[in-house]
Amino acid sequence: MARAAQKDSKTESGKKLSNVSKDDLLKYYREMVLIRRFEERAGQLYGMGLIGGFCHLYIGQEAVAVGMYAAAEKGDQVITGYRDHGHMLAAGMDPREVMAELTGRIGGSSKGKGGSMHMFDIEAGFFGGHGIVGAQVSLGTGLAFADFYRQNGNVSFTYFGDGAANQGQVYESFNMAQLWKLPVVYVIENNEYAMGTSLARASATVNLSQRGASFGIPGETVDGMDVFAVKDAAERAAEHARSGKGPYILEMKTYRYRGHSMSDPAKYRSKDEVDEVKATRDPIDHIKTMLQQAGVAEDEIKTIDNQVKAIVLEAVDFAQTSPEPDPSELYTDVYLEA
Amino acid sequence: MASMNMIQALNNALDITLASDPDTLIFGEDVGYFGGVFRVTDKLQEKHGLTRCFDAPISEGGIIAAAIGMGAYGLRPVVEIQFADYILPAYDQLVSEAARLRYRSGGEFWAPLTVRSPYGGGIFGGQTHSQSPEAIFAHITGLKTVIPSNPYDAKGLLIAAIECDDPVVFLEPKRIYNGPFDGRPDQAMKTWAGHKDAEVPEGHYTVPLGKAAITRPGSEVTVLAYGTMVHVALSAIEESGLDAELIDLRSIVPLDIDTIVASVKKTGRCVIVHEASRFSGFGAELSALIQERCFYHLKAPIGRVCGWDTPYPHAFEWDYFPGPARIIRALNSAMEN
Repeated sequence: MARAAQKDSKTESGKKLSNVSKDDLLKYYREMVLIRRFEERAGQLYGMGLIGGFCHLYIGQEAVAVGMYAAAEKGDQVITGYRDHGHMLAAGMDPREVMAELTGRIGGSSKGKGGSMHMFDIEAGFFGGHGIVGAQVSLGTGLAFADFYRQNGNVSFTYFGDGAANQGQVYESFNMAQLWKLPVVYVIENNEYAMGTSLARASATVNLSQRGASFGIPGETVDGMDVFAVKDAAERAAEHARSGKGPYILEMKTYRYRGHSMSDPAKYRSKDEVDEVKATRDPIDHIKTMLQQAGVAEDEIKTIDNQVKAIVLEAVDFAQTSPEPDPSELYTDVYLEA
Repeated sequence: MASMNMIQALNNALDITLASDPDTLIFGEDVGYFGGVFRVTDKLQEKHGLTRCFDAPISEGGIIAAAIGMGAYGLRPVVEIQFADYILPAYDQLVSEAARLRYRSGGEFWAPLTVRSPYGGGIFGGQTHSQSPEAIFAHITGLKTVIPSNPYDAKGLLIAAIECDDPVVFLEPKRIYNGPFDGRPDQAMKTWAGHKDAEVPEGHYTVPLGKAAITRPGSEVTVLAYGTMVHVALSAIEESGLDAELIDLRSIVPLDIDTIVASVKKTGRCVIVHEASRFSGFGAELSALIQERCFYHLKAPIGRVCGWDTPYPHAFEWDYFPGPARIIRALNSAMEN
């Protein structure tokens, strides 16, 4: 069964366009542009010293979060690592709360106490933002067990990167998930670099969709720069998990345009390499072309761009005007408060 | 002699050991091709080759476990764990294997490995990139735990750690890699240039493990610190106007208890400073040891200035960080009695 499900998926724009509604195109475009503009602003605020510490931008990977969420249903859970801002926006979290968490303000999603890597939203089913590489993979497996136990038909979307794919606990999780047929979709965002180390330098095998093969977990390699390819694969994987067949692995081939974090000069790859991806594989350019092919007017696209710009500016404003938390907050949320 | 910051001094120590001992090798996340996220292993792969300094996958448990195996068979591995917060997946291997191998083999096997890891706050890293976990290593019999506070010591202690036949956790205070930090974030960043402890001999030398340094001699109160807090405490002492004796522990296991006891018997007062949270922190052990040995010399309760007993917060960096104001308050309190 595992073998049968192995295949590479990639939409051929011409063929697929007929299946895509204009509304979907506009929706995904808007969501992807929101992530990109938000992250660009976050980068600026970091440069201005308004965001301290660590800040891992999602620019380049937008199609993964947006395409995956398009296949999620209400009640499904999401959990990811530290490159989490894009996921939070795709999950529907308020951009103001996300930005205010970055600036460490009381209006942030964790009252400013978590920061860039540690954000949560119970209403969005967003179980974090985790700063320790790979740790969330086992937690996501536990979320899936809770779904299984309650027989609620929900799925745990558990994200991690190509670097985290080498952590031992990932394979402990794979075994348990398949043993107990847990409804979990493991999404490996392969952006080619684990911090400064390319996949090939740290991995004996680079086809990450096959990492569950010895457990009998089916996997697919997906063009993570094509939001529709992502969505198609996400639907297949979610259906597999939801129907009681157990876990499913999606390896998203994607790319991060910026450094690993804001302090990373990215000297481990060439500018040409980055420019090449931007010019030929950009996920937003891709959907923009589809919009144009579908006959959407430039004005309509421009309107979305302007709306997104306003949302992001409002978030930036909120993140600077929301007060800093009161020092008494330092000691709250440590233990259950009586 | 050359002027070095801590990164250069550590790099120099690694370079010297790689050149002098063919059994020494370095591996860890991003340490090879990229030269380390803090550049401590910069150019070592280029100079010493792929088998002496190489990249490992993100597998902290596996990295430390493999190093123990290498060590048990005669190699002398030096691994980097990118942030001390990331050591925890490997804690089982350190505690149950590295620390205990010698004892349970009746002295037949041991694992001479060094685990280098940047630690500590002052960089807005939040709860997974700012912690000071020294106490959880100090508690494990069989491990040594070393924390330098300046470039000279960093080099000498690292060479001593690598040459030591016991497993050593070598914690590097990342806030002071590029310059001493006195706990006053509103002031301009300093570099190591011109600092007396930034003058580093270019050749091989060691600073013995288990020997504290008296950073500032004094008569009124003893201050114990290590890592970044040595500089913060020194600045606080200067501002307080007190004639305090500042002791830089340099290694917490083994601990130079004799130097500590001699000082506290002289001053009769003691304030302990560390970044880690207070409850069950290393200050608690120091405090117990001092009262056992110096009870009848003490003129005041032993003070502790530490991080608060909360996770390291993102929003309250300078409220959490035990800065000069809190240290001065503790010094004054010690003097009141």
